[in-house]
Amino acid sequence: MQLNLPQSLRLGRTLDALLPLFAVLLALFIGGLMILLMEANPLDAYQALWDGAFGTKNAVADTLVKATPLLLVGIGICISFRGGVINIGGEGQMIAGGLAAVAIGLKYKEADPTTVIIACLVGSFIAGALWGGIAGVLKAYFNVNEILSTIMLNQIATFSMMYLVRSEFIDPRQKYAAAPIPETERLPRSLDLPRIGGTLDDLYDFLGLSAADANQWGTTLLHNGIVIAFVLAILVYVLLWRTTIGYRIRAVGKNPRASRYAGIKVKRYVVLSLVLSGGFAGLAGGIQLLGVRHRMNAEGGAIAFTGNAGFNGIVAALFGGLHPLGTIPASILFGALLVGGNKLQRSVQVPSALITALIGLVIVFVVASDIFVRRRSRRRVAVAASEVSAETAEVRASP
Amino acid sequence: MIDDLITASVLASGIRLATPYLYAAIGETFGQRSGVLNLGVEGVMLMGAFTSLWAVYEVTPAGATSYYGPALLAGVLVALLVGLVMGLATAVINVTLQAQQGISGIGIYLFGLGMSDLLFQKVFGGQVITVNGFPKVDIPILSDLPVLGDIFFRQNLLVYLAFALVPVTWFVLNKTTLGLNIRAVGQNPEAADAMGISVTRVRYFTVTLGGMLASLAGASLSISLVNVFQQNMTAGQGFIAVALVYFGAWRARGVMFGALLFSLVNALQLQVRTKGIDVPDEYASMAPYLLTIIALIFASRRIDQPAALTKPFERGE
Amino acid sequence: MKKLALLVSIVLVVAVAVPAFSSVAQAQDKLRVAVVMPSTKSDLAFSQSIIDALLAIQEERGEENFEFVFSENMFVVEDAATALRDYATEGYDLVIAHGSQYGSSLSDIAPDFPDTAFAWGTTVDTFRDQGITNVYAYEARSEEGAFVQGVMAALLSESKVIGIVGPIETGDAKLYVDGFKAGVLWQDPEIEVLVNYIQSFSDLALAAAAAEAMLAEGADVLSGTAQMVPGAVNKAKEVGALWFGTQSNQTSLAPEVVVSSQVYDWTVALNPIIEDVLAGEIMGEAYALTLENGGLLIEFNEDFELDEDVKAAGEEVMQAIIDGDISFEIDEEGVLTVVEAEEG
Repeated sequence: MQLNLPQSLRLGRTLDALLPLFAVLLALFIGGLMILLMEANPLDAYQALWDGAFGTKNAVADTLVKATPLLLVGIGICISFRGGVINIGGEGQMIAGGLAAVAIGLKYKEADPTTVIIACLVGSFIAGALWGGIAGVLKAYFNVNEILSTIMLNQIATFSMMYLVRSEFIDPRQKYAAAPIPETERLPRSLDLPRIGGTLDDLYDFLGLSAADANQWGTTLLHNGIVIAFVLAILVYVLLWRTTIGYRIRAVGKNPRASRYAGIKVKRYVVLSLVLSGGFAGLAGGIQLLGVRHRMNAEGGAIAFTGNAGFNGIVAALFGGLHPLGTIPASILFGALLVGGNKLQRSVQVPSALITALIGLVIVFVVASDIFVRRRSRRRVAVAASEVSAETAEVRASP
Repeated sequence: MIDDLITASVLASGIRLATPYLYAAIGETFGQRSGVLNLGVEGVMLMGAFTSLWAVYEVTPAGATSYYGPALLAGVLVALLVGLVMGLATAVINVTLQAQQGISGIGIYLFGLGMSDLLFQKVFGGQVITVNGFPKVDIPILSDLPVLGDIFFRQNLLVYLAFALVPVTWFVLNKTTLGLNIRAVGQNPEAADAMGISVTRVRYFTVTLGGMLASLAGASLSISLVNVFQQNMTAGQGFIAVALVYFGAWRARGVMFGALLFSLVNALQLQVRTKGIDVPDEYASMAPYLLTIIALIFASRRIDQPAALTKPFERGE
Repeated sequence: MKKLALLVSIVLVVAVAVPAFSSVAQAQDKLRVAVVMPSTKSDLAFSQSIIDALLAIQEERGEENFEFVFSENMFVVEDAATALRDYATEGYDLVIAHGSQYGSSLSDIAPDFPDTAFAWGTTVDTFRDQGITNVYAYEARSEEGAFVQGVMAALLSESKVIGIVGPIETGDAKLYVDGFKAGVLWQDPEIEVLVNYIQSFSDLALAAAAAEAMLAEGADVLSGTAQMVPGAVNKAKEVGALWFGTQSNQTSLAPEVVVSSQVYDWTVALNPIIEDVLAGEIMGEAYALTLENGGLLIEFNEDFELDEDVKAAGEEVMQAIIDGDISFEIDEEGVLTVVEAEEG
């Protein structure tokens, strides 16, 4: 017996996807008013927003590069939130990961680059996992709430980084500079994550898409971190929905008491959620380091290294429905907003504060629109259910 | 050496530093007790900080050399009003629209951070303006007590008010019907609803109150502690305040201890460095954060959070 | 939310498949300058000073001849890199990277735009050793003005205790703090100098508390650097302690107690660079703001009754530095030493 959705409901699904988009547009409209208030032209501004995010190959590359740590932190958040743990320690975990990667990279400068790169990435995952694990253990065995511990651990990680970069890891050249800037040596170029622009150009040639202009992907800064992140997103999806471990993580998240009765060791899975989540954030730090930054600098504190990805990753994950695959477009969109926002500021010369407020508005509106999507989907289920019973009644009634 | 470090001045400084945390954390306590997590406290603090400074600036007659009472009153009222508006907005977003609370808070934070700076640039052209804020008020008799007098009773009005809120909060939460309703809604909204308590109305109240107190926290910074506004001047204090609610196990007294512990350690580490004691700067700065965690490990009792925290409530679910 | 994924993926594919539109550099007569800064332009310090300089240049040369745009709050280095590259692509004549952390990005970008002049501050490195010739460098020898103020502070202090509040021990902040302390001790080795780096550029409450701790120790003259100093200045004002400012004129913060401020005039570095650009010759040289070339100025607070002798002493020291009788050396550990010329 086929369950055919009537036409109106099929249209409804598309509308669902568009609702968050409407929310974004509404936020942008209010943003436009703010732009007017600052005596700039909203149309120019939003044209710049688009250009900055998608207008040129460089822009798209920037967007994807910006999205990479968001995606990585985001898939970790999917694990932790689904496991019932609120991990706001992404910043600290990223820093731990970055520190590990820079330490390994500087120590093994001479060794075979591929091995060292892998060591750095694995090391950054482990470092982040350990940092997250601390919060996990504190929660499971000492009843210290993870919101508190992760907020505190963020700052502790930041200060530790500042100390290490200023003393142990400081660039030897800086020591002789007139005014030493606390930054590490630049990692050797052999440790840069490979750029994938060249491959994309080849793909374009193959598909016959090349324009004749000089703008090739090869000159952009797009590195393979985004590919790593994509692959990991798929793996985490598999982990959460196709493995026993993933099942247990989600069970503990949904109902710890029932899980305990079912024999699942809840404490262990709480720790595991934070360990995995921290690991991905740490990896985000490592990839930022090897792919984009190539050194750590303590001057700006945590946010100069992470770009606030520890928090923005949470936003991306939640926009993606706490689903790793949904986090992919969510982080790309959010990355676009961030990169485009910078271009907006540059182009129409409004204060960057306006961009910050605008992004806040977008987050608030999108997150607030979610209820309408949920209500609609619930109505859909209710309608579909009544359709099923109607059909069943029909089937029964007919001889 | 200890009495070199733990001086009356250090303790008094710690109490002052605790004030913004206390306001914000108490506000957040109300909200969380009723089941709503608001991570956007910092944004509201910044809005309160700027608007109250602006009000004081506008109302103070030109050329005034010391504080002007009506200006300070205006500052506080404006802060409360702004906090009311933002608190209501937060309530609409988190309660009626049932947004994901962790993330709506981040949005509110970014909005408040950006908007306060934007207004600052629009109104003052980014010029840093100082105002004559709340002066120290010596409480008669008590301020003459040796040692204790200097520490506790020579602070400004907003400091006294913050600490006065602690017993008031305890009273409201534990001895009034309102408090009972708040706690019921936070523990078991379905049951509360069945008993006729309007979950929505209670949560609106607590979240709006939280907004007003967060805004006042910002004002306590800009018009009493430092008498100036700068972009992002709270530098993470709002988030610490949220963390302190967990530290205090959702009780006013615990929250106060948390705020005091954190701030006193901060004041202490500054004193250590002022005295030239050789400790790496970053370790000293880390101390309040580390000690807060350690304190909680040792003090941890099995206090469970309000069962319905972060879960939106809908009738007939 | 999953349908969103599909929709957005479509959008993305479309966006990527569309051929890039390149920005066309306009032919222009006016000089176009862009600056990328790590903090906001109202930070009362580093970023604000470069904006002030550019405004001054625009005033002097006229808006029809000189235009500048800025990109602020670029504390994330790759955002700054995008901005720098963007400006260069759009054909700006001079692109200023006003942050020492932008070095790596600049060394990657500059070679791609040989006809664009870049300026990097604060540093002395022009990447000459890497074969790059279109990057200018500029810095401020903040320790000079700091020293002068330190000398005056020492003369003004009655309690013989002086305090300095700093953000993080790095770059410009370190130069100022070290210079100020050296000035105090040079004038009077008996004075106790309290230094506190509070590990934050923005926490005003912490800066205030740090100042309080110093004042409780008996300090009656304070100084400090970076965005969060208004907190410290306010505490000084409360008890009537004196304040020496830097990076911008801080008189308005507390006219009763601010004695003077060391102000940076970046035009001293920018003007020669602009001249080069107008002449079409990008030389890639390094410039420094010093007391001698007027890049560093000590601006006294007109409303403060400064003892004539103290002022004279300050001006004498200033002259000594300008003449080279007093200079500064910084060794590999970052330690500042005062070098006094032999009496000839």
